[in-house]
Amino acid sequence: MKYIDEYRDARVVKRIAGEIAQLTTRPWTIMEICGGQTHSILRNGLDQLLPGGIKLVHGPGCPVCVTPVETIDRAIAIASKPGTLLAAFGDMLRVPGSHGDLASARSRGADVRFVFSPLEALQLARENPHKEVVFLAVGFETTAPGNAMAVRQAAREGLGNFSVLVSHFLVPPAMQAILSSPDNRVQGFLGAGHVCTVTGTGMYVPIARTFSTPVVVAGFEPVDLLSAILRLVQMLEKGITGVENAYGRVVASEGNPAALAVIREVFEVADVVWRGIGTIPASGFLLQERFSEWDAVRKFALGSMGNADDGRCRSGEVLAGRITPDSCEAFGRECTPGHPLGAPMVSGEGACAAYFRYRCSSVPSHSR
Amino acid sequence: MDIHCPLPLGNHETVQLAHGAGGRLSDELFSQVFLPLLQNNFLAQKDDQARLPAFTGQLAFTTDSYVVTPLFFPGGDIGSLSVHGTVNDLVVGGAIPRYLSAGFVLEEGFPIVELERVVRSMAGAARECGVEVVTGDTKVVGRGQCDGMFITTSGIGQVRAGVDVSSSNLRPGDRIIVSGTLGDHGIALLAARHGLSFAGPPLVSDSAPLHRLAAAVLDSCCGVHAMRDATRGGLSAVLNELASSSGVGIVLHENTVPVDDAVRGAAELLGIDPLEAANEGKMVVVVPAGDADRVLEAMQACPDGTGRHAALIGEVVNEHSGMVVMETGFGSRRIVEMPLGEQLPRIC
Repeated sequence: MKYIDEYRDARVVKRIAGEIAQLTTRPWTIMEICGGQTHSILRNGLDQLLPGGIKLVHGPGCPVCVTPVETIDRAIAIASKPGTLLAAFGDMLRVPGSHGDLASARSRGADVRFVFSPLEALQLARENPHKEVVFLAVGFETTAPGNAMAVRQAAREGLGNFSVLVSHFLVPPAMQAILSSPDNRVQGFLGAGHVCTVTGTGMYVPIARTFSTPVVVAGFEPVDLLSAILRLVQMLEKGITGVENAYGRVVASEGNPAALAVIREVFEVADVVWRGIGTIPASGFLLQERFSEWDAVRKFALGSMGNADDGRCRSGEVLAGRITPDSCEAFGRECTPGHPLGAPMVSGEGACAAYFRYRCSSVPSHSR
Repeated sequence: MDIHCPLPLGNHETVQLAHGAGGRLSDELFSQVFLPLLQNNFLAQKDDQARLPAFTGQLAFTTDSYVVTPLFFPGGDIGSLSVHGTVNDLVVGGAIPRYLSAGFVLEEGFPIVELERVVRSMAGAARECGVEVVTGDTKVVGRGQCDGMFITTSGIGQVRAGVDVSSSNLRPGDRIIVSGTLGDHGIALLAARHGLSFAGPPLVSDSAPLHRLAAAVLDSCCGVHAMRDATRGGLSAVLNELASSSGVGIVLHENTVPVDDAVRGAAELLGIDPLEAANEGKMVVVVPAGDADRVLEAMQACPDGTGRHAALIGEVVNEHSGMVVMETGFGSRRIVEMPLGEQLPRIC
């Protein structure tokens, strides 16, 4: 069995799309939180297979997109100091700060390297004892265990030349912020599948109850997403609320206890700024005090650097699902992946990048 | 009394700055490494230029620089790559490759045995392609000023009579053929550079010369519209350039685009699109619809195996001029964008 191919089977996809069409009697607005899901939907054209009444809007589940400008500016400031090495996931290199990005800092001589894992950054610290290695630790709950492990490992080894610049976000507070907004139109959520492998599904229950909004935890392959949409539409049509798991092969309702334990050991919940949205209470992670030696903000004594964004960037509205990227005046004009005004146009999980890459403004039909 | 004369010794183990200075050490390097390995009458003259025999017909001329790292990678090395890449740029223009030049920039301290390894590989590749490296140059820069070795090769070839291939020749109705699996080189290099290994068959560059494959294509069809070498930017870049140059649209069928399973798996893990990853032994051929099956068969039958996985992947259309559209297996459509540049892997 080729494991992935089962979940990309065109016949299954078409069958499920047909079932959705049959049972949809009213328009519904559904939001997927996770940027990886956004890209899968657009890349596979899944929204084109749904009946016209179902509107998919894209949420703020792209940690690169919501990392504050200040964090980017801090990363650039650190990287530009002699004797430092800044390691980051590849996406972060082209996110615009106030003045340029990490890639342009690298072209001016900063030692900036992309890595695939925080453990690679730890290894860089071991191999470069005379350099201060800083890892830009970005993510939602999904990457938090890995980043926590890297800090814990550094502490155990007494690795004095390693620190992390933390930019971690939590999904449920973002959902609450969206649902609490007076002009909210979201009626159901596709839950972020990989976040839930860590956290489990219980965190959605209070949200579903309080706002009477059903949540179906979804995966990323076409069959996964459509199956979850089918279940969600069934719930909406019947007026059922609650949380269900359509990604059972990977997500357990209790999550991953070992991963949660290491998160609790290293991080604490804090109020954090979301780029384009603003401060959301109890919506992110910071390093606990006892790990402050590995906190780059403390180590480099970085003060506040402000959080000014380009005024033309409407990423906040995109991230909250209030507009689609192609409704933004700057989309495809002043703002393109080559010269982005904001993060969603750069990140591999950003909605604006997905629209630009797979749709421009609309996909043309053609005759044979 | 022992007198030790302070003249520089011959038989260096590493490249010295003096090897690039044009004096005795330069001559030694040439005579001991380049000439014996690359071996031809032009180089043996040791002149400032190679004086070539007169050509008839149209000439094709190309140049490329090679800065690949690591220098030796699964499936190839900078030496053979510097021959294949330049030869391939000539053959996709319908030219028979004849002569190459080779300029080397070497880093002080580079091991001579490694240099010999590279040049030996280059010589083998040149022999296989039927070309001679007839002139060259060597410069040496200080330690840390170049990453081991950079090579620039330029190539001259004779264009076959009657062949008129061009990126602006595409016409609606034309069919698009790719010579094999996509993304092999880019993914193999990225994995090698980051020390990533995957269970299953190893990821290997597809670095290969395409002179026989191009000949097979042109022998089977005199009206080939376009041929392109799909290198950096991958298939996506080539198709977008073709669509743009010809002012036509292109439609691809996702299920027909060949990608090796191991490459697909690694690419998904790394967050790279195989259609945007580099190839070093693949070509894209655009032919009139009536010739497509014959050309495809000729490519698949090419004895050196470079076309064994050749496939028909799409067609040229009147609509959406300048744009490449992919039809997914689900019946939906998306755009295949011109890649931006350096590929960025996913974050989570």
